[in-house]
Amino acid sequence: MNRVVEKEYFSHAVVMLVVEAPRIAKSRQAGHFVIVRIGQKGERIPLTIAEADIEKGTITIIVQKVGVTSIKLCNLEEGDYITDVVGPLGKPTHIEKVGTVLACGGGVGVAPLLPIVEAFKKAGNKVITVLAARSRELIILEEQMRNFSDEVVIMTDDGSYGKKGLVTHGMEEVIKREQIDLSVTVGPAIMMKYCTLLTRKHEIPTVASLNTLMVDGTGMCGACRVTVGGKTKFVCVDGPEFDAFEVDFDEMLLRLDSYKPSETEAYESFQKKYQKA
Amino acid sequence: MNEGLLEFLKKEREQEWRLELRSRVKNKERTLLERVHMPEQEADIRNKNFSEVNLGLSEEQAVLEASRCLDCPKPTCITGCPVGINIPKFIKKIEAGEYLEAASVLKETNALPAVCGRVCPQEVQCEQVCFYAQKLDKAPVAIGNLERFAADYERNSGNISVPKISGRNGIKVASIGSGPAGLAFAGDMAKMGYNVTVFEALHEIGGVLKYGIPEFRLPNQIVEKEIENLEKMGVKFVKNFIVGKTATVEDLQEEGFTAFLVGSGAGLPNFMHIPGENYIGIYSSNEYLTRINLMNAANPEFDTPVISGRNVAVIGGGNTAMDSVRTAKRLGAERAMIIYRRSIEEMPARVEEIKHAQEEGVEFLNLHNPVEYFADEKGTVKSMKVQKMELGEPDASGRRRPIPIEGSEYLIDVDTVVVSVGVSPNPLIPQSMEDLDVSAWGTINVDKENMQTSIPDLFAGGDIVRGGATVILAMGDGRKAAAAMDRYIKGKVRNILSLIKEFNTIGEILDFAR
Ligand SMILES: Cc1cc2nc3c(=O)[nH]c(=O)nc-3n(C[C@H](O)[C@H](O)[C@H](O)COP(=O)(O)OP(=O)(O)OC[C@H]3O[C@@H](n4cnc5c(N)ncnc54)[C@H](O)[C@@H]3O)c2cc1C
Ligand code: FES
Repeated sequence: MNRVVEKEYFSHAVVMLVVEAPRIAKSRQAGHFVIVRIGQKGERIPLTIAEADIEKGTITIIVQKVGVTSIKLCNLEEGDYITDVVGPLGKPTHIEKVGTVLACGGGVGVAPLLPIVEAFKKAGNKVITVLAARSRELIILEEQMRNFSDEVVIMTDDGSYGKKGLVTHGMEEVIKREQIDLSVTVGPAIMMKYCTLLTRKHEIPTVASLNTLMVDGTGMCGACRVTVGGKTKFVCVDGPEFDAFEVDFDEMLLRLDSYKPSETEAYESFQKKYQKA
Repeated sequence: MNEGLLEFLKKEREQEWRLELRSRVKNKERTLLERVHMPEQEADIRNKNFSEVNLGLSEEQAVLEASRCLDCPKPTCITGCPVGINIPKFIKKIEAGEYLEAASVLKETNALPAVCGRVCPQEVQCEQVCFYAQKLDKAPVAIGNLERFAADYERNSGNISVPKISGRNGIKVASIGSGPAGLAFAGDMAKMGYNVTVFEALHEIGGVLKYGIPEFRLPNQIVEKEIENLEKMGVKFVKNFIVGKTATVEDLQEEGFTAFLVGSGAGLPNFMHIPGENYIGIYSSNEYLTRINLMNAANPEFDTPVISGRNVAVIGGGNTAMDSVRTAKRLGAERAMIIYRRSIEEMPARVEEIKHAQEEGVEFLNLHNPVEYFADEKGTVKSMKVQKMELGEPDASGRRRPIPIEGSEYLIDVDTVVVSVGVSPNPLIPQSMEDLDVSAWGTINVDKENMQTSIPDLFAGGDIVRGGATVILAMGDGRKAAAAMDRYIKGKVRNILSLIKEFNTIGEILDFAR
């Protein structure tokens, strides 16, 4: 049981939770994630550790309401407990000084991107960050990103904030004027696929952080498997970061929808229950 | 059997109560008794529910079965038991009606008799070398069923004995993993007075006993009871704690843990790496069983989903494959199929599991091997291509090698596939400890006498040492490691004491230590 010590809304659908987990706070590195479960009937879902405070013994997770579990999480208040939190899981991000890093995040992909941006900046790189979302209220962590980026480019689909256009438009604009040594992409699978098509065209080495479905997070089940360079890999233990040029994003996109009908059903029945309560 | 042990068994056999029991019924009459059939749920009913298949022997049935045992002068059955249970003694206690005593005989060597009575492959262990099977060509004494009876009797009586704890010494030791190896280790160390903590990566204690073996074969409540008992003995359980990730072994050493048992199991599922294996609806058996057993996915009140379709193919022939296919049947599959590349005789699963599966309407496609999967436009598996096989010469394992028959391929409609072709050792601990000596297969190397690894403070047992093996072997390893760890720690303390003798005052010792 881990207590929620702080809660902040980034938008109506995106919530930041600071959770007591002293061991994890101490052991975690950029790129690591945790698996959480809410309630005895809950499922296990992976969430990136956005930040950690060793002194306070807390980790920060950022959650977007997308399904049953993320909504339950967003409904927790300060002082409530998360039933299970286990981690830190996955391999940490490989950080080195490469020169200029183009970091691209969309949707909740922005949360896992934050520690990566911070680590690359601290390693002495020039970091240009592109944040993308559908509209202004879905742009999150802008201020935190600015702390660790030399430049932040904001893109919205509807043009309500920053420039109008997709994440790839923002990237292209940067690629035209800068020599980019490494690109990092984190976000919905479809976004990472198109970011990768673009960087491949420009021959910029690219790392993608994958957010597959998971159960245990320790390599025990294979729910998280993806094809990388023609081989089956387990995202929870071999990843979550991979050479984006090698990732079979189409397969990943299909697998992410494995439970679409049943998750929607579960979500609807949950909403009904919740509205009654 | 060694001389000393034989001598000991002989003496025991000459005790008054054993002589009296033997004189009650003539051997000839005993051998005329038929093996008592284990009562079970009807196949057509049980294949729609998750309640236990075997219902357990009644007292009368148990006593009758126990009276078949001839109390042989050379009890070969003991040699077939990986942990050397005193089999004739516990069976004769049952015949004498002293069921609680029978249970305590079991517990002298077996930490989890209620579990082992249910899941041990007795037909290739104790029962295989029973006098009845060896010399009389008759069904062996039902040693497993009797073990289960005694353990269940004790549990249901509410008189479970919590073992006496010898003076607590306060020395902190830990088990990494809470499967049978870890649980058995924890029990023995606690008995010897150690301060034991069990770290478990998942949110439930029990390892494969919880997430793998289904309710219809091993009810969770039985495992829970064992855990409760360990808690009563002072064992601490820490869930959601991955040693090597949440904290390293070195961190734990700094926190005062003196020695460790690695019982982290063989958790990594193998795949066959054939085209289409990542389509939706294709699971490893670990994932399929974990979703259903650990996460309760089949119960709509729980959030975790699972796809369990009408046409389910399970690839493999071990216990895990049988558990998966029988689970699929229970979840409503019209066709629940086993696809196995050898013949039924070569299947590694327990004979009882194969028989139960057949009775429950599972189809066996033996001498078949999958070669490719096909999916619909959403990526959901819809059919598989299988190839027929024939048996050739025996291979290294002594089993006849399956050889594909060219041109024999055909398609089978499937909407769920469960791949159950073995597991590999869990790499978390080996990866987090550079100095640990590991085999080419990823198992941890130990010295077989003591279960000690290349790092002296680290012992290991169960599937992480053997690859996918059995509950009883894991449990036996845990107990062996406990005994060896106790000797090792005492040896260390003795060394320190002999050093301390060189000093005259505590002040001198403290000065030296500085
Ligand atoms: C479906 C299935 C059916 C089976 N049926 C039978 C049967 O009928 N009869 C039989 O004898 N055997 C059977 N087996 C095999 C038997 O279950 C195993 O041999 C036995 O459980 C091994 O025990 P163990 O203690 O080594 O490991 P496990 O039971 O695998 O337990 C290991 C535990 O350690 C945890 N762990 C791993 N790494 C860490 C870490 N770094 N930190 C903390 N925790 C960690 C894991 O989460 C797990 O809970 C079956 C196996 C399966 C999968
Ligand atoms: S989540 Fe189970 S293996 Fe990765």
